[in-house]
Amino acid sequence: MPQNGIGTGERQYDTVIGLEVHIELSTKTKIFCGCSTKFGAPPNTQTCPVCTGMPGSLPVLNRKVVEYAIALGLATNSRINRRCLFDRKNYFYPDNPQNYQISQLYVPICEEGHLKISTKTIRIHEMHMEEDAGKLIHDDAAGVSLVDYNRSGVPLIEIVSEPDFCNAEEVIAYLEKLRMVCKYLGISDCKLQEGSMRVDVNLSVKKAGSKVPGTRTEMKNLNSFKAITRAIEAEEKRQIALLEAGKEVEQETRRFDDGTGKSYPMRSKEDSKDYRYFPEPDLPPVFISEEWIEEVRSRQPEFREEKVARFQREYGIPAYDADILTQSVQLAKLFEETARLSGQPKKTANWFMGELFRLVKERNLEPETLLFSPKHAADLIVAVEEGRINQANAKEVFEKVVTEDAEPLSYMEAQGLTNLSDAGALQAAIREVIAENAGIVEEYRSGKEKVFGFLVGQVMKKTKGKAAPGQVNELLKNALRQRILK
Amino acid sequence: MELLHMNAAELSGTIKSGAVSVEEAVTCYRDRIAGTEAKIGAFLTIEDMQLEQRINEVQKGIRGGRYTGPLAGVPLAVKDNICTKGLRTTCASKMLENFIPTYHATVIERLEAAGMIVLGKTNMDEFAMGSTTETSAFQTTRNPWNEEYVPGGSSGGSCAAVAAGEVPLALGSDTGGSVRQPAAYCGVAGLKPTYGRISRYGLIAYASSMDQIGPVGRTAAECRALYECIAGFDEKDAATAKRQVQKTFGDGKNVTTEERLERIKGMRFAVPGEYFGEGTGTEVREAVEKAAALLAQNGAVVEEICLPMTEYAVAAYYIIACAEASSNLSRFDGVKYGYRTKEAENLHELYKKSRSEGFGEEVKRRIMLGAFALSEGYYDAYYLKALKVRRLIKEEFDKVFSSYDCILSPTAPSTAPKSGTSLSNPLQMYLGDADTVAVNLAGLPAISVPCGFDKAGLPIGLQFIGNSFCEDTLFAAAEGYEELRGVFPAAWNTAADKKTQEASDIESVRFAEEV
Repeated sequence: MPQNGIGTGERQYDTVIGLEVHIELSTKTKIFCGCSTKFGAPPNTQTCPVCTGMPGSLPVLNRKVVEYAIALGLATNSRINRRCLFDRKNYFYPDNPQNYQISQLYVPICEEGHLKISTKTIRIHEMHMEEDAGKLIHDDAAGVSLVDYNRSGVPLIEIVSEPDFCNAEEVIAYLEKLRMVCKYLGISDCKLQEGSMRVDVNLSVKKAGSKVPGTRTEMKNLNSFKAITRAIEAEEKRQIALLEAGKEVEQETRRFDDGTGKSYPMRSKEDSKDYRYFPEPDLPPVFISEEWIEEVRSRQPEFREEKVARFQREYGIPAYDADILTQSVQLAKLFEETARLSGQPKKTANWFMGELFRLVKERNLEPETLLFSPKHAADLIVAVEEGRINQANAKEVFEKVVTEDAEPLSYMEAQGLTNLSDAGALQAAIREVIAENAGIVEEYRSGKEKVFGFLVGQVMKKTKGKAAPGQVNELLKNALRQRILK
Repeated sequence: MELLHMNAAELSGTIKSGAVSVEEAVTCYRDRIAGTEAKIGAFLTIEDMQLEQRINEVQKGIRGGRYTGPLAGVPLAVKDNICTKGLRTTCASKMLENFIPTYHATVIERLEAAGMIVLGKTNMDEFAMGSTTETSAFQTTRNPWNEEYVPGGSSGGSCAAVAAGEVPLALGSDTGGSVRQPAAYCGVAGLKPTYGRISRYGLIAYASSMDQIGPVGRTAAECRALYECIAGFDEKDAATAKRQVQKTFGDGKNVTTEERLERIKGMRFAVPGEYFGEGTGTEVREAVEKAAALLAQNGAVVEEICLPMTEYAVAAYYIIACAEASSNLSRFDGVKYGYRTKEAENLHELYKKSRSEGFGEEVKRRIMLGAFALSEGYYDAYYLKALKVRRLIKEEFDKVFSSYDCILSPTAPSTAPKSGTSLSNPLQMYLGDADTVAVNLAGLPAISVPCGFDKAGLPIGLQFIGNSFCEDTLFAAAEGYEELRGVFPAAWNTAADKKTQEASDIESVRFAEEV
């Protein structure tokens, strides 16, 4: 039994949580027609007779959707059914023009999978393909409701877990893992805020150790991981309080309000709809051959765990670095290519984890959409290592590389950020500094070596920071020594 | 020969030869429609707005060699549940009284690509639910053989239009017999193709797993010509088969009498006793038996067989068809599609009132029946059980076709009933579908051709049922039979009819723009 007692007084309770997660797939076209799935187009511009439910129109399944589902099935260790069926879920609501949703109930594409989080294995009951509905826009001022069908027919995968979670931490760990898997597969961007990942939480509590399951509620409208955590904790408390007061938990669907941090009943079990599911007659069964599965398997990406291990092995970077650099597929890819081109994996890791992350955070960039050339980043890192540019100037150039994909060497040149490689010019500057600071030079020569730093600073100032610090140190020391010998 | 008397291929040939213009041919049929519609009532909408343009397009296409097929230039009528771009498509329901589709059904695209011309949309039972065309929300269609009788249904308008000589060809749809039964009642030929043979894209769904569009013509050969022009895989209908449409028998050419007679020699026909049971009229039984004997006398093998699952077909059909219909018709709720009630307090009331007011009695009955059959707690007992029956029926047919080419039966247990006598007893009406529904459950092709008359002078239909995707064999059998039978009289080709035509020439007809 999970030992997760949440206590109130002397009594202990166990929390049991199951999740239903909807993932919006990032296919180019919709699940049953050729309309674009692009987000943010003007209302009803990405529609056709099929996704607006025009009488007489018929759905035709998008092969890519099946492929994405197979890929996710393989990544979650699920059984891929060789033959799966679509079913109709019937309900009246204006966001769905045909008043039924094409989904899978009786024979979904994937069953019996699991996903490991650090503390345990979460079992996945099933995963199925279905279509999204349109979007209702209520204009209270005008007293009308409008419907945008651009989203109607956008493909979804619903992932139904077993009730294997005991607390919010496990739930979040699972969701983060699931999101990472989807991003690695490139099948969804999984943004809760934008609705491309939607999570419903089924939760019940029971006396610790009891075998009798408690009555569960279903929580909707959870738009961030933070909201999910808050909703879970509030619902645990609410249910325990009810039981403690000798009352019963009602089986119902509740809506979480992020503003108040509380949830409110949406509909009770009595109002629960009979969806009158039946096999979708317009779509023949989907047959998935062994070859097709193998083809998808052969194209599966290297997942995060594998990448972390390989980065440590191949690039000799610490586990901590590898973990951070694999947060995003694109980031990992950029790192890897930059490290290879620069031949400086650890330095590359430092630049990425330091400067790159600072820029991403400051400028609110998506690691997934970073587009600079690894060649440019590598050239800069090599230039720094070879003393051709100092650290401060290199940061400026790095920013240009990241944000504008600037070619670093010509940019350095054009902006005059290159170190003085002309030894003569540097010698001249040193001579001038020595001449202009006779007093301090004397102090140095009499053994007060602390002033050396000041003299270096003066040289840097004279060369406008373009001199390589190592070179300045060396030449200045030599120059000071020569005088002593004289 | 008068244009109206030509068969579709002859008409096309005459037009292509330049002897007659497309406009002349169309005008000839338009005049015929104008003369008979007041009596028959086959059309709900007659094309007007886009017609002139279409005639010019086809004429140009024929001259320019774009339309060379066997039906180029031939006009036809289309059942009003098949979407026609820019032309009102009502399903004979108040729900869709003003629905003008934004797209063509695949069959319309194909027949237009073959150079055919849609003259108008024909009456039907509301949403194809009915066997008499009396559940139409708009008008009564009369049987051209006797106006006191129904034309059958649900493709009653299409079959009556062909029988009345208003068009040489028409398209209907057949979910449980809706092409074959009215074809039988009207004395014309009507085909229900194999499920998956003709695209359903653009056919407003009644029962998706059984709906098929089918051609109606004066003879099986004419049905074949239209069938060959619209059949075949369509990427917009996932249920269509990628199989090649066999055209070995016809292939666009005219088959000779000798070839037809030769083809039926040795052909094996099975006659199931269950299709001649208690409910079957004596005259119907005798006419079909006579037809079977005629085939046997001319070299075909005719043997009696048993199809014991037949008695469960009607029950299974109505459960499955109504279940699918309850879902298919849910989009007609007054929000995006369908009639909207004048006033409603809230969304629920809007749904309730719009649907209560917009649908007719028979449609509401079937929606309720279907929703019930799919409800929690009843699904297994009704819907699942019906699916099992369906599979058993299919297996039974499969067994027969392992040793026979065709099944021979009546198309309907009786001839057309009198108008106004059917709707009061829906169960009785459903039982009238006993000879046709098993074919739809099994997805098989079947064709009805006329084989005689009853005492009242109403035609009797003979049904040939073929194996899946064996339309070629089916046409060979039906065309062979037609050769043996001889030319079947036309309802419109009589002196009495001519008189009526002259008298009604001055009567006005309801055209689209007047609606």
